[in-house]
Amino acid sequence: MNNNIQTSEQGLKPDIVISVDNLTKRFGSFTAVDNISFDVKKGEIFGFLGANGAGKTTAMRMLSGLSYATSGKGIVAGFDINTQSEQIKKTIGYMSQKFALYDDLKVWENIRLFAGIYGVPDKEITLRTDALLKQLGFEKERDTLVQSLPLGWKQKLAFSVAIFHEPTIVFLDEPTGGVDPAARRNFWEMIYQASDRGITVFVTTHYMDEAEYCNRVSIMVDGKIEALDSPKNLKIQFNAKNMDEVFHKLARKSTRKAD
Amino acid sequence: MQSFQNPTENEFAVSCQSVSKHYIKNSPFEKLNVKALENISFDVSRGELFGIIGPDGAGKTTLFRILTTLILADEGTVSIEGNDVVKDFKSIRNEVGYMPGRFSLYQDLTVEENLNVFAKVFKTSIEENYHLIEDIYKQIEPFKKRRAGKLSGGMKQKLALCCALIHKPKVLFLDEPTTGVDPVSRKEFWDMLKRLKAQNITILVSTPYMDEASLCDRIALIQNGSFLKIDTPKNIVNQFPHELWSVSSDAMSKLLNDLRKIPNIRSCFSFGESHHVTLKNKDWSVDELKVVLEKYEHTSVEIKVIEASIEDCFMDLT
Amino acid sequence: MEQFLTFVRKEFYHIFRDRWTMIILLVLPIMMLILFGFMMSTEVKNTRFAIYDPSRDAATQGIVNKISMSDYFIFSGYLDSPEQVEEVFRSGKIGLVIVFGERFYENMMHTGDAQVQLIADGSDPNTASTLTMYATRLITLYQQDVMGEMKIPYQIKPEVKLLYNPTLKGSYNFVPGVMGMILMLICAMMTSVSIAREKELGTMEVLLVSPMKPIQIIISKVVPYFFVSVVNLATILLLSVFVLDMPINGSLGLLILISLIFIFVSLALGLLISSAVDKQMVALLISAMVMMMPVMMLSGMMFPLENMPLPLQWLSQIIPAKWFMIAVKKIMIEGLGFSSVVKEFTVLSSMAVILIAASVKRFKYRLE
Repeated sequence: MNNNIQTSEQGLKPDIVISVDNLTKRFGSFTAVDNISFDVKKGEIFGFLGANGAGKTTAMRMLSGLSYATSGKGIVAGFDINTQSEQIKKTIGYMSQKFALYDDLKVWENIRLFAGIYGVPDKEITLRTDALLKQLGFEKERDTLVQSLPLGWKQKLAFSVAIFHEPTIVFLDEPTGGVDPAARRNFWEMIYQASDRGITVFVTTHYMDEAEYCNRVSIMVDGKIEALDSPKNLKIQFNAKNMDEVFHKLARKSTRKAD
Repeated sequence: MQSFQNPTENEFAVSCQSVSKHYIKNSPFEKLNVKALENISFDVSRGELFGIIGPDGAGKTTLFRILTTLILADEGTVSIEGNDVVKDFKSIRNEVGYMPGRFSLYQDLTVEENLNVFAKVFKTSIEENYHLIEDIYKQIEPFKKRRAGKLSGGMKQKLALCCALIHKPKVLFLDEPTTGVDPVSRKEFWDMLKRLKAQNITILVSTPYMDEASLCDRIALIQNGSFLKIDTPKNIVNQFPHELWSVSSDAMSKLLNDLRKIPNIRSCFSFGESHHVTLKNKDWSVDELKVVLEKYEHTSVEIKVIEASIEDCFMDLT
Repeated sequence: MEQFLTFVRKEFYHIFRDRWTMIILLVLPIMMLILFGFMMSTEVKNTRFAIYDPSRDAATQGIVNKISMSDYFIFSGYLDSPEQVEEVFRSGKIGLVIVFGERFYENMMHTGDAQVQLIADGSDPNTASTLTMYATRLITLYQQDVMGEMKIPYQIKPEVKLLYNPTLKGSYNFVPGVMGMILMLICAMMTSVSIAREKELGTMEVLLVSPMKPIQIIISKVVPYFFVSVVNLATILLLSVFVLDMPINGSLGLLILISLIFIFVSLALGLLISSAVDKQMVALLISAMVMMMPVMMLSGMMFPLENMPLPLQWLSQIIPAKWFMIAVKKIMIEGLGFSSVVKEFTVLSSMAVILIAASVKRFKYRLE
């Protein structure tokens, strides 16, 4: 973990890679994301929590350039989310539990495909594919179809593919759902390594113990960010013994039950 | 093991003996014989809340489908309330409630219509067993004219539970009812299960969330188609064979790497705010480890002896 | 019974609440029929025709007037030589050329050997045959006007010559064809998709783990689509008769009976498909590719079966729509009675019985 992050707040202003200012998204009369503001620093692991329907997905979509904001400003990796979504898409990586890799392609074909999509030169892909497979211990699985890999391996591979093009920020949408405990830890170790290399990690999860791995955590309730701090400070602030308790205390306030 | 008793003997709500199941998986390159379940045996008493806990792909859904007569096992016998799943599947289908993994609801029907359809399928009516679902249904009743597809995950889950309960089943099978649902709704759901248990309904529930284990009477940990352990959550935790330490310092990522370099460390897993460590040589004291870590230039090193969680046990067993 | 009715009602909700299902079920058939129908009749109306007339006498003038005055034709002009015929067809503006023989009036009145040739563009067989049919009738009418009671039959013998497709087939094929297609589409596709949807949603798992018998599930799936098909059948028949001016020359009851049997065959096919597939997408593709394509290609609706290679002709024997179309043509157009369609009835009925039995037998009590 990069522990400069916590201490640097008072000192040198670090690079800010995500800067969100009064971001709002309305669908008709329904305000899905209600005036949220926050900054994420380079190399930070930023946990983005909230109950189902709190507005996480909508906010993530705006940040990754997939949908427009109704009002407010957002800068991701130096680009404006409202006008430069194409540039944003080139500089971020994305992985979700639902879609990560093509099941009917082989391991190397998936790497080749996604690296190609993000414009990594062919020569580099060939070289780095071997290095990546070696690092993951997947040398023997090079020609295996992704569908026959165990889930934990798949997620590790998916994450490696998502950061293959060395993005500034990687968005992870519930990356560890249903993965066995040991594989889940393996996965978080990979996240740490990416963060140590300076890749910013923006992650959502339903496992509250995973929130503890994050440098800072934001908790959304009914479209608003109700809390944002390091897990340690949040536990002190809410007088809770773990993040699960913090989450329950906050989410209980929700009035948005019906959506 | 009660395995060689007469399985039709009417003492358990669910009795599953030496069940195995294999699949032939057609991959374009080879035919794989995939083992889905291997020699699964367990019994569930009446009124028990029994949890089957393990990651995706461990075989939970296959097991549930065998128990609910949807697929046949290759080997072994299963009886539900004394009825054999192969011969007497029709009577079983009258007596059990089943909620498959994806909350099977008709998305284009309203809350009320969904409930009514499922009531009628079981030849009963909403009124007849309303007392059973009242607790849960009240929470979604304000939206009874809303289509199921427009409900939030937590509400869909509640409606699906109502639908599975409406015919007053003797045994309720819930396959991953909390997957993808946020922690608050998950907690509410488990509270509901506890209240159902009080109505003397036997409940089998599967989940990938290890933290839900402690809410069950007994649990089975499942991985790669085999049960690792069947016991009460408490016993499983108590049987954790090692002393478990939680270790933290100011540089957690480095700490993890450094801990793994120490030869006396048996295992080391990250648990967010701290790392959980077991030792090879039990004579080591907390202070001895602290001294070693300070040599690695760690500051604010904190080491505590802690009780294992189900997750620690699961990782230790695999 | 209440269980069953609730289930049927639920099925209707599914149909009424999905906009696309409604469109496919109710609007698509009407659109298809009208499109097929008017594509033909609009071309037939106001067709420009040219005349090559070396006689230029009272009779030819009379015929030209008669034809010009009808709704179908507009007189475009005289050709100077027979060689111009090809030329005017290539220009695409002319739909029909009438060539009279020499000394037409004299021949008509005296030798009874008056010659007239109708030339149409056979690359569009439906239009061409309709045009020639109309022109022939108009000429016959003129002849009756002139001859009156003289009752000398067939003085004018129109000789029909079709360019580009001399063995013309297919007039009036489209209504029986579209009927077959629509009923097959709705019955087979919608039933198989609706069952596959329950499998995809996981609701089928719940229904299987319930006291409901598979046969009940099947019948409650079939009933709503049966009703919708009957509504469609009525719409198609009404449209054909009142909008497209199709005759129903035979017995209406017989026509309805054969259609109901065909609906059963299609529903059973849908059930059979659904017992084999788990995904809506696959059900849709199978219904579309495996059922619709052969219906269009091998039923004789678009291409005459007689000209096909033998294996395809054999294959066409097992296409229900082929038998249905033959029967409908016989009843609707030729006005034949039951005795003439016994074969078609027998074939379709046995298909229905076999398919329903097979699909009930194949419906699984379990997931695999």
